[in-house]
Amino acid sequence: MANPQFSSGDTAWLLASSALVLLMTPGLAFFYGGMVRVKSVLNMIMMSFATIGVVSILWVLFGYSLAFKGTNPFIGDLSAVGLHGLLKTDSGTIPELVFSAFQLMFAIITPALISGAIADRVKFGAWVLFVAVWTTIVYFPVAHWVFYFNGGKGGWIGDRMGAFDFAGGTAVHINAGAAGLALALVLGKRVGWRRDPMRPHNLPLVLLGAGMLWFGWFGFNAGSAVAANATAGVAFMNTQVATAAAAMGWIIVEKIRDGHSTTLGVASGAVAGLVAITPACGTITPMASILLGLLAGAVCALAVGLKYRFGFDDSLDVVGVHMVGGFVGTLFIGLFATSVLTGGAKGLFYGGGFTQLGKQAVAAFAVAIYSFVLAYIIGKVIDKTMGFRVSEEDELSGVDLALHAETAYELTMATHTGRSFAGATPVGGSMTISEDRTVTQ
Amino acid sequence: MKLVTAVVKPFKLDDVRAALTSFGVKGMTVTEANGYGRQRGHSEVYRGAEYQVDLVPKVRLEVLVEDEDVNDVIDAVVSAARTGSIGDGKVWTVPVEEVVRVRTGERGPDAL
Repeated sequence: MANPQFSSGDTAWLLASSALVLLMTPGLAFFYGGMVRVKSVLNMIMMSFATIGVVSILWVLFGYSLAFKGTNPFIGDLSAVGLHGLLKTDSGTIPELVFSAFQLMFAIITPALISGAIADRVKFGAWVLFVAVWTTIVYFPVAHWVFYFNGGKGGWIGDRMGAFDFAGGTAVHINAGAAGLALALVLGKRVGWRRDPMRPHNLPLVLLGAGMLWFGWFGFNAGSAVAANATAGVAFMNTQVATAAAAMGWIIVEKIRDGHSTTLGVASGAVAGLVAITPACGTITPMASILLGLLAGAVCALAVGLKYRFGFDDSLDVVGVHMVGGFVGTLFIGLFATSVLTGGAKGLFYGGGFTQLGKQAVAAFAVAIYSFVLAYIIGKVIDKTMGFRVSEEDELSGVDLALHAETAYELTMATHTGRSFAGATPVGGSMTISEDRTVTQ
Repeated sequence: MKLVTAVVKPFKLDDVRAALTSFGVKGMTVTEANGYGRQRGHSEVYRGAEYQVDLVPKVRLEVLVEDEDVNDVIDAVVSAARTGSIGDGKVWTVPVEEVVRVRTGERGPDAL
């Protein structure tokens, strides 16, 4: 290798981390999919998978270049469009394409997170368009603000102002949460919201998804060290304890408030903890992480009730978990950052005064406001032109069938009787085969 | 002949079936059912939001018996299904005009 700094250890860890972070999006799909009703689980999962498709392509075309190139504090340039010229270049100790692949996975999961706010009622084509536009004009610039370091000529939040966001509390979670709130307002409430039960249809799926998220999150957080080193180890341990503590924090609140600790609560608490530790995992101690986890679990358990008070149908609590959890973690750095890990800056409780806390607050609010306003405008434009929401009839009968011509489960004996024809099993009394012939059984 | 229909708690199904088998009942039809009686439904809590679930899962047994066995069959079902707590279910009977065994064409009590 021409680059004397090149590290095969760092490269191996980043390749593995990239795969871990990709797995989070299918994990999220299960986490969300289990929480919706049986008639829209496929659509919920489909929104995540479609996001993987759209964002991966945009990333290669211009996303990486807009996020991680140039010297402007607010947006990258077009010097690496099509990942041009990156086949042999390095980024620090790893090949630049490996860094680009790792960051791509973050760009994928961020818009996918938004889908939980608007479950059961979105036109699929409108969602795909929203993902493409929002990722281009919100995620790529915000990733540039937060994640792009270029010796003081990088993004304004991370490289210039010096706010800490180790793995994306602002760029990923506050960003997605604020956009989720905007879309929940644009789209309005589901038919029957607060009147009809909208119970999770498959809690084991929710817990499976939470487990996949937790597993993948080690790549998200420890991988964000962009090296296989001590910082990655700190991030790894902090991720584990904060998540564990948050799962406990959430179910303690439930036990006190509702009388029972629930599986949905333990899964939600874990995700809230993962969200909150994301920005902070590289700058606080494991003991502080326990405190952050407990705090995040408890605060988010209470925050998910806000939608009922304010009357917006954030269906799967993207605001209550990701935006609130993101704020908790991002601000917590201003209190508990330790100079051993930051290389200088200290949180309020380590004698650093309010300086760092102020920077953290600016970062959090700037991302929240930018994302909310842009998502609201994009959502409104889509709604006024092509329409963002399905018809009431489709919503009531279920978007799985209306949008995708599929149903998730075959639950009754009556529908899987019938003889097979040419190896296929028709559902009802007849089937259509490829030559447009209808065969009646 | 009579049709005895019983709606009981699902976990009592095995006890009821054992009681009827030892009484000499040769067959029955069991279906999963949902409903409510005086106990109404139950509540569930998801992320702090409480939902009232009106319909409670039950099983429905249907047994065809000869007239003279009706009261004994009812007693067997009731004693096997009773827990003493709310939601134990109901048993009722209706007269049956005709019964035919599909395989043999036998009719009436012979078909039971």
